[in-house]
Amino acid sequence: MENKRIERIDRGIKVRTEGIYSIVSMREMMYIAGPRIIFLGILFLLPLILEAAPYWKRVMNIMFIYSLLAISFDFLANYTGLVCLGGAFFIGIGGYATAILNSVLHIPVLLSIPLAAIIGAVVCTLLLLPCLQLRGVYFAIITLMFPLLFTRVIEATNILGGTNGITGLESIPGHFTENYYIMIVALIALFGLRRFVNLDAGLVMRGVKDNEQSIRASGINVTWMKTQAVFISSLIGCFGGAYLAHLYVWAGLSLFALDFSIIPIAAVAIGGGGTIFGAIAGSFILVPLSEFLRFFGSFRIVLYCIILTAFIVFKSEGIMTYITRKYHQFERWVDV
Amino acid sequence: MSILTVDGISKTFKGLKALISVSFDVKEGEIYGIIGPNGSGKTTLINCITGFVKYDSGNVFFKGKNISKWPPHKIARAGVTRTFQIMRPYYSLPAYKNLIIPLWAPRARKLGGWRGGGKHGDRNTVAVDILEELGFERDSRVPYKPASALPTGYLKRLELARCIAMRPEIILCDEIFSGLSVSEIAGLMPLIEKLKIEGITLIMVEHRLKELFQVADRVMALAFGEKIAEGKSYEVIEDSRVKEAYLGSEEV
Ligand SMILES: Nc1ncnc2c1ncn2[C@@H]1O[C@H](COP(=O)(O)OP(=O)(O)O)[C@@H](O)[C@H]1O
Ligand SMILES: [Mg+2]
Repeated sequence: MENKRIERIDRGIKVRTEGIYSIVSMREMMYIAGPRIIFLGILFLLPLILEAAPYWKRVMNIMFIYSLLAISFDFLANYTGLVCLGGAFFIGIGGYATAILNSVLHIPVLLSIPLAAIIGAVVCTLLLLPCLQLRGVYFAIITLMFPLLFTRVIEATNILGGTNGITGLESIPGHFTENYYIMIVALIALFGLRRFVNLDAGLVMRGVKDNEQSIRASGINVTWMKTQAVFISSLIGCFGGAYLAHLYVWAGLSLFALDFSIIPIAAVAIGGGGTIFGAIAGSFILVPLSEFLRFFGSFRIVLYCIILTAFIVFKSEGIMTYITRKYHQFERWVDV
Repeated sequence: MSILTVDGISKTFKGLKALISVSFDVKEGEIYGIIGPNGSGKTTLINCITGFVKYDSGNVFFKGKNISKWPPHKIARAGVTRTFQIMRPYYSLPAYKNLIIPLWAPRARKLGGWRGGGKHGDRNTVAVDILEELGFERDSRVPYKPASALPTGYLKRLELARCIAMRPEIILCDEIFSGLSVSEIAGLMPLIEKLKIEGITLIMVEHRLKELFQVADRVMALAFGEKIAEGKSYEVIEDSRVKEAYLGSEEV
C-alpha cells in the first residue's frame, strides 16, 4: 500500500470531444450532451411524477428557491471572492418588494415577481455598495447583519405591516405554472451563469477574486466589477424571495430567517463550490433530506448535522466535482 | 518632451519618512532607471505615481495633465501601468488567460491594445501571440499552464505581458530583474529593447545596477526617501553620495 498512489488519466472520449471535435460522431455528442439531457429530462418530468404527492411538489418549489440562493452564493464566493451570507437579506427584500407591488399596487403576480427581483436587486446592491471594500469574513458579517437590522426596524416602527406582515398576495395561478415557473428560472440562472463565468467578462470577475491590485493596474474599476457581480447575485436571490412570498401568499418577518443564509452555503459545500451546478445538486439533496427527516421529530436536527458533517468529511471536494472527475477520468493504482 | 513629471512628492508612514519631496522628469520614449538600497522608497515611489498609495504632498503630471488624485484604475486607463515587485498573476487562471483581462480592459477595447489585438481578433489567440513575443514557447504547454505552476522567470515575463497587453504609454517596472539568474536576465534584455523601439517609456526600479546600466538612458538614485543624484549612469555611480549609500549595504 505505502508505495502506491492513484493515477488519474483522462478518458479517451473526453480528449476526443474537446473543442470542435465533439461533433464528429453521435457517441461523442452524447458524451457531452447526455448528462445534460438526462438531467433536464428528469427535471421536466418531476412535476408530473409528483402529481401523486402534492406535498412533495411544494418541497420541490422550495428546493428550487434554495437552488437559486446557493447559485447566487457560489457565484459571489467562488468567482468574485465575496463571501456573502445575504441569502435571508435577498429573500426578505425580494419578498417585501413583491408584496408591495402585488398587494398594494395590484400588479399581476407573474409580472410582479420579476419586477420585484429587479427592484430588490437594486436595493440590495445599493445597500451593499459601501461594504464592497471589505473582504472575506468582514463582508460576510455585514451581509449577515442586514436581515437582522431589517427585522428590528420593521418590528420597532411597525412599517410594512409590522410583525403581522403584508397579507393578501396573489398566489401563482395553477400548480404546473407554479412548478415550471421557478424551475425554468433556476435553469436559466444555472446555464446562464455557467456560460457567463467563461466569457471574458466572467474571467475578469475571477481575476478580481485572485488579486484586485492587478485588475486595478490594468485599468479596470474593481468596485464596479463587484457591484455588477452583487447585482447579478441579488437579482437571483431576490427572485427566489419574491416567488416564496407568493407561495406563502404573505410577506412577513420570517422571510428574513437565517436558514436562507446558512442552508445555501451547506448546499454549496456538499455539491462542490465553483461549479454552479454543485449548488443545485446540493440543494436537491439537502432540502428533501430535511423534509424527510421530519419523521424523526425533534431528533431531526441531530441527524441533519450528522449527515451534513459526513458529506463534508468524506466528500470534501463536493459531489459535482467528484462525479465530473469520475465521468471524465479513470483511476488506477500505480507503483511510486 | 517630458511625458511624466513628478513634482515634489512626499509620503510619511506613521512618522517614517518614506519619500521626501522627490521630483523628476521622464522624457517620452526613454528608459529611466531608479536605483537605491533596500527600503529607500523605490516601491513607494511607484505606488504613489500609479495611485496605489495616496501621498501627503506633491503632484504628478502625465502629458501635462495633473493625475495626482486619480484612482489607480483611471491612471492605468490613461496609459500609466506597472509591474509588482511581489509578482501578482491571476494564479488560478492559465498563463494566457491572464492576458484576457488587460485585453478586455477599457483601454485595450477602445484603443486596440497590443498590436490592436484587444479590439480585433480573438482574445485567446492574441493572448498566446503576446506570450510568444515575450518568450513563451507557443507549441509547448507553458502558455496553457496555470500561473501558479510557472517558475519565477516566466512569472516576471507574465507581469510584463500583462502590462504590454493593454498597450500603455509608460510601464513602471518594480525590480523585474531581481530573483532571476544572469542568463534569464540576458533573455529579458532584448525584450526591454523591443519595448523601447515600440515607443513605450520605461521607468525601471532596479537593484541590479550592472544590468540596469546597460539599458537605462538616465538614472536617478534614492536614499532614505531622498533623491541624491540624477544623470547618465556613469555619472551617478561616481557620485560620492551614491557610493556612500551603497557602501556596506550592497555590492555595486
Ligand atoms: N504600507 C506601508 N506601511 C508602512 N511603512 C511602509 C509601507 N510601505 C513601505 N513602508 C516603508 O517605507 C520604506 C520604503 O519602502 P519601499 O518603498 O518598499 O522601499 P524599496 O522598494 O526601495 O526597497 C521602508 O522603510 C518601508 O518599511
Ligand atoms: Mg521595493
